[in-house]
Amino acid sequence: MTVLEHRTPSGPLESRWERHRFDMKLVNPSNRRKYNVIVVGTGLAGAAAAATLGELGYNVQSFCFQDSPRRAHSIAAQGGINAAKNYQNDGDSVFRLFYDTIKGGDFRSRESNVYRLAEVSVNIIDQATAQGVPFAREYGGLLANRSFGGAQVSRTFYARGQTGQQLLLGAYQALSRQIGAGQVEMHPRTEMLDLIVIDGRARGIVTRHLITGKVKAWIADAVVLATGGYGNVFYLSTNAKGCNATAAWRAHRRGAFFANPCFTQIHPTCIPVSGESQSKLTLMSESLRNDGRVWVPKNAEHADTPPGKIKNENRDYYLERLYPSFGNLVPRDIASRRAKDVCDEGRGVGPEIGGVRRGVYLDFRDSIQRLGENIVGERYGNLFEMYERITGDNPYKVPMRIYPATHYTMGGLWVDYNLMSTIDGLFVAGEANFSDHGANRLGASALMQGLADGYFVLPYTLGNYLARVVPGGADDEHSEARRVVGQVTERLEKLMSIDGSTTPDAFHRELGHLIWDNCGMSRSKEGLEKALREIPAVRARFWEDLKISGTGEGLNQALERAGRIADFFELGELMCRDALDRDESAGCHFRAEHTTEEGEAKRNDEEYAYVANWEFTGVGKEPRLHKEHLEFEFVKPSQRNYK
Amino acid sequence: MSAGQTRTLTVYDTAIGKKAAVAVTGVVLFGFVIAHMLGNLQVFLGPKALNDYAESLHAVPTVLWAARLVLLGSVAVHITFTVQLVAISNAARPVGYRSKKSLASTYASRTMKLTGPLLLAFVLYHLAHFTWPGLAMGAYSHDPADVYGNVVRGFSVPWVCAIYLVAQILLGLHLYHGAWSLFQTLGLSHPKYDRVRDLAPKLVALGVVLGNLSIPLAVLSRVVR
Amino acid sequence: MKIRLRVWRQAGPNSAGSLETHDLEDVSPDMSFLEMLDVLNERLIEEDREEIAFDHDCREGICGSCSLMIDGRAHGPQHKTTACQLHMRHYSDGDEIVVEPWRVKAFPVVKDLVVDRSSFDRIIRAGGYISVRTGSARDANEAPIRKADSDLAFDAATCIGCGACAAACPNASASLFTAAKISHLALVPQGQAERYDRVRKMVAQMDAEGFGHCTNHNECEAACPKGISVTNIARMNRDFLRAMVVSRDPLRAPDDAGE
Repeated sequence: MTVLEHRTPSGPLESRWERHRFDMKLVNPSNRRKYNVIVVGTGLAGAAAAATLGELGYNVQSFCFQDSPRRAHSIAAQGGINAAKNYQNDGDSVFRLFYDTIKGGDFRSRESNVYRLAEVSVNIIDQATAQGVPFAREYGGLLANRSFGGAQVSRTFYARGQTGQQLLLGAYQALSRQIGAGQVEMHPRTEMLDLIVIDGRARGIVTRHLITGKVKAWIADAVVLATGGYGNVFYLSTNAKGCNATAAWRAHRRGAFFANPCFTQIHPTCIPVSGESQSKLTLMSESLRNDGRVWVPKNAEHADTPPGKIKNENRDYYLERLYPSFGNLVPRDIASRRAKDVCDEGRGVGPEIGGVRRGVYLDFRDSIQRLGENIVGERYGNLFEMYERITGDNPYKVPMRIYPATHYTMGGLWVDYNLMSTIDGLFVAGEANFSDHGANRLGASALMQGLADGYFVLPYTLGNYLARVVPGGADDEHSEARRVVGQVTERLEKLMSIDGSTTPDAFHRELGHLIWDNCGMSRSKEGLEKALREIPAVRARFWEDLKISGTGEGLNQALERAGRIADFFELGELMCRDALDRDESAGCHFRAEHTTEEGEAKRNDEEYAYVANWEFTGVGKEPRLHKEHLEFEFVKPSQRNYK
Repeated sequence: MSAGQTRTLTVYDTAIGKKAAVAVTGVVLFGFVIAHMLGNLQVFLGPKALNDYAESLHAVPTVLWAARLVLLGSVAVHITFTVQLVAISNAARPVGYRSKKSLASTYASRTMKLTGPLLLAFVLYHLAHFTWPGLAMGAYSHDPADVYGNVVRGFSVPWVCAIYLVAQILLGLHLYHGAWSLFQTLGLSHPKYDRVRDLAPKLVALGVVLGNLSIPLAVLSRVVR
Repeated sequence: MKIRLRVWRQAGPNSAGSLETHDLEDVSPDMSFLEMLDVLNERLIEEDREEIAFDHDCREGICGSCSLMIDGRAHGPQHKTTACQLHMRHYSDGDEIVVEPWRVKAFPVVKDLVVDRSSFDRIIRAGGYISVRTGSARDANEAPIRKADSDLAFDAATCIGCGACAAACPNASASLFTAAKISHLALVPQGQAERYDRVRKMVAQMDAEGFGHCTNHNECEAACPKGISVTNIARMNRDFLRAMVVSRDPLRAPDDAGE
C-alpha cells in the first residue's frame, strides 16, 4: 500500500506553519512572470488564489463556467465567517478555534492543517475589511460578532445574511484588479472537462467553451482546482444548479485520490420540498436557530392543525427536550437527524409528499414576544422575506417550516499540507479538497477555509512547488494535450449521439433519490449495498437511453448537465462505497448500526481514525483504498456530548 | 481615444459631464423663465408699469446683449448636448422590447424628448409673435413702444391663446422633470431633503404655468384691456 | 393551472429572433418561474426540439445570473425579487406571459434568453476595487467606521450585477450598477485614497461600453431586485463632477467593449 506523504511538519503546533513557510523555497520576483498557473473556479478559494498569485507576479489563467467570476456559489453563503480575533474578549483563541474545529469534525481531520486554518483566520478578516467588505458593526464603529452554530464564543463575523456575497465580491474585486492589470486572464463560460498530466505532473486542462462549444487545451506549470463540492450528486441540494464535480472527478480519474467522499453535510434549516418539479432547495441561515425554537406536534393527529392553534402542552420542543444545555443550537448533524427521526415517526408537518410530511416548525413566536418584532426583523428580516417569497407564508405570523438538505461536502480530493493532491503540481483549494473539516463542518467555517486556502496558503505552497520546476517545456500541441482533447471531444460526441428517450434531469433525479435514500442522513450496510447494486444499472441505462436535443457546436445547457451527471454517477457510487467501508458513525456520516445508547453517532477510533483515500482503477471497477492514519497529539479524541 | 493611450478625461468626454452641462444651462433657462414671467406679470399693474419695465430692459445695450448671449449660449449648449445624449441612448438599445412596462418614470420624464423640441418651436413662435411681428400667424398691429398694447392685442385672438395654453402645459412638464432631475444630475441630493426635492419642482412648475397663463386668460376675459 | 408562454427564441447573436408560443397544462402554484421553464425544457428535449437557453444558477436570488424580462418587467411582477425567486402563485389560470431577454446593446443576446453581461465585469475591472495586496492589511478594528456609513455602504454593496437596472432603463443606462459600486467604496474610509480616480475610470468605462445615460426616470430603482436607491447615482454624479476638478491625472483609455 502506498504511504501517503502528507508533508505535515512536526514539532510545536503553534510554530509549524511559520517554520514550514521558512523551509519552503521562494521564486525570485523577476522569475515569477515566467510561470503560468491555471486556476479553475472563481469562488472564494479560486478568486482569492488567482488574485493573490497575480499580485505576486505569476501569469494566471482563471476559468469559470458562469458568465462572470462574481457568480460562483460562494456568493450564496449567508451566515458568517469565523475568526479567532477574540474581539469580544470572551475567551476565544487560535487554539480554541482549532480545538472546536477538530472536535466539531469528530476527530477525522488533520491537526496541523486545522491549526493553520485557525491561525490565518485572523488575517482574513483584516484582508476583507481592507477590501471594503462591509461587515456588521456596532454603534461604536467596531466589528460586530455573533455566536454561530452552537459555538460558545462569539467569533463569527457577518455581513447581514449575505456574508458570502460580500466576501466573494471582495475577492472578485481583487481578481478584477489583476485582470485589469493584465496579470490574470479571465475565461468565463469556460468549463474544465479534463486534466492534462505530462510526465507525472499536472500540466494543464481541457475546456469546453460553453458558447462556442470549442474544446481546447491550456498548458501551464501548475494547476489549481477550486471547483467546489459535489452536493448536487443528491440532485436536490442547496448548491447552485451549476455546481458540479466534473473538474475534481476528472482529476480523480487521472490519478488524484478522492478522500472521504461519504462525508457530506446535511444542513438542518432549509425550506422543505414543495413538489415533484422542485429544482433546488433553499437554505435559511443557521443563525435562525439562535432565536427560533424547533418543534413538532406531540401527536401526529395535530399535523394539519394550524400551528398557532396547537397549545404548548401539545408541542414537542424536541431539541430542547433531548439536549437541555445546547437546545436548538446542537450541531448540524444532530439537528438534522432528529428532524428526520420525528418526521419518520409521523409527526412531521407540511404537505405530504410520498406519504410522509417532511418538515418541522421553527417558531419565532417567543422571540417576538421577548424582543419585539423590530429586533427580530433587524436580525432576520431578509431571511423572513426570502422565506415568504418562496413559501407564501409570513414567519412573523406563522412558524417557518424547515427540513434538512444537503449543503456541503467535507470530502474531496486528497491534499497534503501544501494543498497538493497525489498528482504533482495539481493543487486543490476550498470545498473541492477534503482537508480541514473532518467528518462535519462547523457553521461559518467554509468561508474561512476557502479564503484561508486562497489568500494565505496556496500562494506560498504553490511558489514552493514552482521553485522546484523549470517553467514551460510544453504547449497545447503536445501529444498528451492533443490526446486528452481527443478524449474529451469523443465523450461529448458520445453524449450527443446516444439519442435515447430520457432527459438528463430525469436521470439526475433518479440518481439523487438513490443517494439520498441510501447515503443521506442515515446509512446502513443494507442500504449502501443496495445502492451499489442499483447505481451501476442506472448508469448503464444513462449511457444507452440519454436524450439531448440540439448540437454540441454551441450553447447547449442540456449537454452541459449531461456531462456533469455522468460524472455524478461515478462519484455517487464511490460515496456509497466509502460509506460502506467506514463501518462507524462519525460526524455527518451516520451508520444506523453504530449508535450510542442515546442514539448518537458512535465513532470507532481504533479502526477508523483514518482518511479514506480512493484511487481510481476504472469505471465499474473496485477502487483501491489508501489510508492516511490520523494522529492526535494535541486534542484527545472524545465522544461529542451536547446534552 | 483608443485603448492603451492615456489622456486627461474632460467633461465633454462623458455622458455625466454633458448631463451636468444640460443641467446647468437648464438652471439658467429656468431663471430666465421665472424672471420673464415676473416681468410680464407687471401687465396687471397697468400700461405704464409694463412699458417702463420694457424700456428699462433696453436701457443699457451691453447688459441686454450680454444677457441675450448667455441665454442663446445656454440654449445652444442645452440643445446640442441633449441631442448628443439622445443619440447615445437611442444607440444603447437597438432592439426594443415587445412588451415593456413603466414602473417609476413619470409622464413628464418620459416626454422630455418631446416637450423639448415643442418648446423650442413655441419659443420661435413666441419671438415671431411679439418680437418680429408679422412673421407670426395671427398678426396684429404692433407698436414697439407700447408693449402693454401689444400684449392686449396679441392675446385677443382666441386660437393664439390656445397655442400659449398648450405650450405652458408642456413647459410645466419640462420644468417639473428638469427641476427634479437637475439636483440628481449635479449630485445635489441628500435623503434628508428628499421631501423638499419632491415637492419643490411641482410647486415651481405649477407656479410658472399659472403665472404665465394668467396673462392671456386675463386678456381673453377682458380683465386686462 | 394553465399558462401560455410566449418566449423569445434566437439561435445566435446575429440571427433574427421571434416569440414562440408554448402552452403548459399543469403548472403548480408552488413552482418557481424557472422550474416552470425546466418542465417546458424537459418536454422540448423529449420532443427533440432545442431547449430554451436561459441563465440561472443559485436560484436563491443572490448570484445575479437570471435575466428575464417577464411581461415587460425586469425579473417579473414581484417587487424586489429576482426571476428565480418568483413563484407561479402570483399568476392565475389562463395567464399569458411574455418572456424576453435583456435588451441592451452592451448586453448582446447570445442565444434565446441568454445575454452577455461582460460589460459589467469590465466596469468593475476599470476601478471597482480597493487596491490592497493580500497580506498588507492592518488590523480590522484599527479604524472604526460609523455604523450609519457602513450600513449605507452595505445597501449599495448588495448589488448582484444582474443587469435589471440597465434592462429596465428607458435609456439602457448602467448608471445604477456603476453608481452602486462607486458608492459602496466611496462611503467607507478604506476607499478614500482611490475615490476620485475610481469614479473617473469607472464612468469612462461605462460610457465606452455603449450604455445609455441617466435621465432620472428611476425605473432602475423600481426594477432592482435588491432595491438599490438612485441616491447612489446622485453620489456618483457628485463624485464624478468633483473628480473632474480635483483629479486631473491622465487616464488610461477604457478597454474596448467586447474585447
